[in-house]
Amino acid sequence: MMAADITRENQAPAVGPADGPASAPGPAPAPPPASAPPAPAAFQIRNLNVFFASNHVLKNVSLQVEARAVTAIIGPSGCGKSTFLRSLNRMHELVPEARMEGDIRLFTEDIYAPAIDPVVVRRRVGMVFQKSNPFPTMSVADNVTVGLRLNGVRARSVLAERTEQSLRMAALWDEVKDRLRAPAVSLSGGQQQRLCIARALAVQPEVLLMDEPASALDPLATAKIEDLIVELKKEYTIVIVTHNMQQAARISDFTAFFYLGELIEFDATKKIFTSPTNKQTEDYVTGRFG
Amino acid sequence: MQHFEQEIATLKERLLTMASLAEAAVNKAIKALVDRDDDLARRVKEEDNAIDQLEIEIDDMAIGLLAKAPLARDLRLITVAMKISHDLERVGDEATTIARRSLELSQEPQLKPYVDIPRMAKMALEMLDEALGAFVSGNAEKARVVIPRDKEVDVLNRQLHRELSSYMVERASTISRCLNLMVIAKSLERIADHATNVAEEVVYLYEAKDIRHSGKGQPPPEP
Repeated sequence: MMAADITRENQAPAVGPADGPASAPGPAPAPPPASAPPAPAAFQIRNLNVFFASNHVLKNVSLQVEARAVTAIIGPSGCGKSTFLRSLNRMHELVPEARMEGDIRLFTEDIYAPAIDPVVVRRRVGMVFQKSNPFPTMSVADNVTVGLRLNGVRARSVLAERTEQSLRMAALWDEVKDRLRAPAVSLSGGQQQRLCIARALAVQPEVLLMDEPASALDPLATAKIEDLIVELKKEYTIVIVTHNMQQAARISDFTAFFYLGELIEFDATKKIFTSPTNKQTEDYVTGRFG
Repeated sequence: MQHFEQEIATLKERLLTMASLAEAAVNKAIKALVDRDDDLARRVKEEDNAIDQLEIEIDDMAIGLLAKAPLARDLRLITVAMKISHDLERVGDEATTIARRSLELSQEPQLKPYVDIPRMAKMALEMLDEALGAFVSGNAEKARVVIPRDKEVDVLNRQLHRELSSYMVERASTISRCLNLMVIAKSLERIADHATNVAEEVVYLYEAKDIRHSGKGQPPPEP
């Protein structure tokens, strides 16, 4: 349908918070048709194609991401899963020569429509990365509120309340409540990752994207992140890229298997890991390749 | 891993529901026999379906849990749950057999007062109840002591077998009733065997020792 304009001036930095004033809301969404299901899907993706220069990285991907559920994206290295994830909050636009075609709707709104500000998209669809990246010069509390402050929120009481709320939601409050002023980098790896989750949650997104959020963590820290994800899905839609299939089996409701840029199979997680329909899926989850 | 523990708790709960249905089925079947209550016997047959469905449900839950790659005791719990659900399904089937035979027996006058059969039933059900109690309480020792009692049930079964055989030799008109009673005694003996299996599984779960086929309830001798 339309190619992303990567030369747009007000591009946001790589991490969640906006760096410009909150932009005007996009056009009002069309009212849903009378026969629509009661709860819209978080994402409706149709015929998504992504190119890096002449490299066709994602080929005609269509799927629906359920709201308030965890959807896992699995597949061997280079299959396009991270590219897919980043197309959900227009992050690939930050890559030179990236081009997308297709339709992506966030709760029925086209996030690539001309009037839509990608910065706003990235506030509604937060992201957490494999290597946790708290702002190194800031304290724990400042890291949590950076998105709010950049959006013009100044009132101390609001910031304090939102800091506590976000840190509680990220299951980190009890561990850091007595050192909110400490440098963020003084936390352990697992704590830093939960801090990044708190930071993403502080701007009250609707969706959390996670790119292998626990792969750099030890088993105990991983278990905490997994428990947190299962808790968060009561409120948020979560899409997680993971190379750990048992993790996907533990925490996700739906799983999408990608291979060489194509969506091979998408189904309830239990089905994918106990009786996949497609032979390639079966070969991948049983470790025959990839 | 709270979410996983919640799922394990659900699995255990379904297993215990299945256990109580299976025990109730045996109790009802014996009552149907003793009271010559055909309606009760027919209900036992109908209600077996619920037990069968639970076996399917538990196995389905178990395989989903295995996909999450549990380890150590969690892993043993899941395989043990699948085996116990199979034993309980067989107990349900034995109860149905008893109910069917009781329907046959109520077509003819009662041969003799039923003493040994209710006694066997009580022993077998106590064994099953205690093996399941050991599962719930995590007490492998409590499970171990169930196992030697299987011999007592076997002894009673053989005794009843001999007694019924001599009836049949003396009077041909008793053959049909005696055969039905032998089948019922055999079912109860099988139920005690299943209780023993459950006890062995419980020991495996909590001690990680496989004591099957190695002599009744004692740990295998050191090599």
